[in-house]
Amino acid sequence: MLRIDCLRAIYNDLPDALVVTIMGATAAELQSLGHRENFFYLQHAMGLASSLGLGLALCKPDRQVIVFDGDGSILMNLGGLTTLARYAPKNLVHVVFDNESLLSVGGFPTATSTGSDIAGIARAAGIPRSVSVNTVDEFAQAFRDALAVRELTTIVAKVEAKGPAVYVTDLALLENRFQFSRFARR
Amino acid sequence: MPVSENNSRLVYAALKNCGVRLVSALPETWLVHLIRMADDDPEMILVRLAKEEEGVGISAGAHFAGVKSAMLMQNHGFLASINGIVSMAHLYKIPLLMLISYRGTHGERDPWQTQGGNVTERTLQALGIPYEFLDDTAAVEKKIRQAQTLAESSLQPVALLLMRDLMWEEPSA
Repeated sequence: MLRIDCLRAIYNDLPDALVVTIMGATAAELQSLGHRENFFYLQHAMGLASSLGLGLALCKPDRQVIVFDGDGSILMNLGGLTTLARYAPKNLVHVVFDNESLLSVGGFPTATSTGSDIAGIARAAGIPRSVSVNTVDEFAQAFRDALAVRELTTIVAKVEAKGPAVYVTDLALLENRFQFSRFARR
Repeated sequence: MPVSENNSRLVYAALKNCGVRLVSALPETWLVHLIRMADDDPEMILVRLAKEEEGVGISAGAHFAGVKSAMLMQNHGFLASINGIVSMAHLYKIPLLMLISYRGTHGERDPWQTQGGNVTERTLQALGIPYEFLDDTAAVEKKIRQAQTLAESSLQPVALLLMRDLMWEEPSA
């Protein structure tokens, strides 16, 4: 399963949501499908995409918030899973693309390559719904289920360690930030 | 516990008066009353953290949503937040109102707090973070309002150091 195929499968489900991605391949691939003003690509601060999503979800309870996280990023902020679980906002869907690798910096294997199970960690942290998926169809179904049930869900999508050819775009970080913030405040 | 409840109330009221509606916190002795006040206040969103750096992300989310926030932490929590401050708040121009209890200064009895006391201000300076001291009850309201104003206008982190003379009341002998 490729991450970009997962993103493509649910791209049309994202028009009104506040969407936050991690840096690197995830940001580049979502952007390659077509940038929208409701997409924010956190191009650094590894680990904090989920915390950013929590802040948005708590302050905008009537809006859907979606975080596209990664194994390397969430492993830097496992404590944050317990904070997500403690407040368990119903309007947050937390996707973790797990390629068992720090792909963007050369493909170094993460601890998920040696058996650490993020869906299990999320469940044990107290996230109300936590699922692991291996095919694009399963992913799309799990994603739409999570939107429909309105209960905090972590979806771990096991994807191949393959990314885009190009990571840098002409969208300036601050342009993205102010555009997103303006959308979020509407 | 000789943490000043009255002065904590002054600090809390000042945060409310300048429009703060979300507080992230990691408990430490000097902050106990402030955290309880936030927890008891139906108008305040309190986010209890596992580690202080999460608060940078939460405050960024709040700012994007148009909600004013504050971070309550100890100086060691500030030290633990540095990458988030640099690679989120500075990189993306996010206002942070950081209330940092300044442990390890003159009068500190806990040996484990003393190293953090040595480096807090120099670290703030190295990061280019404007800071002020909260040590006088008469100035609490004004200094918090001014710090919040500067954070919002400059879109950057601003720190207030909560000092022993404000937060701690030595029990009378």
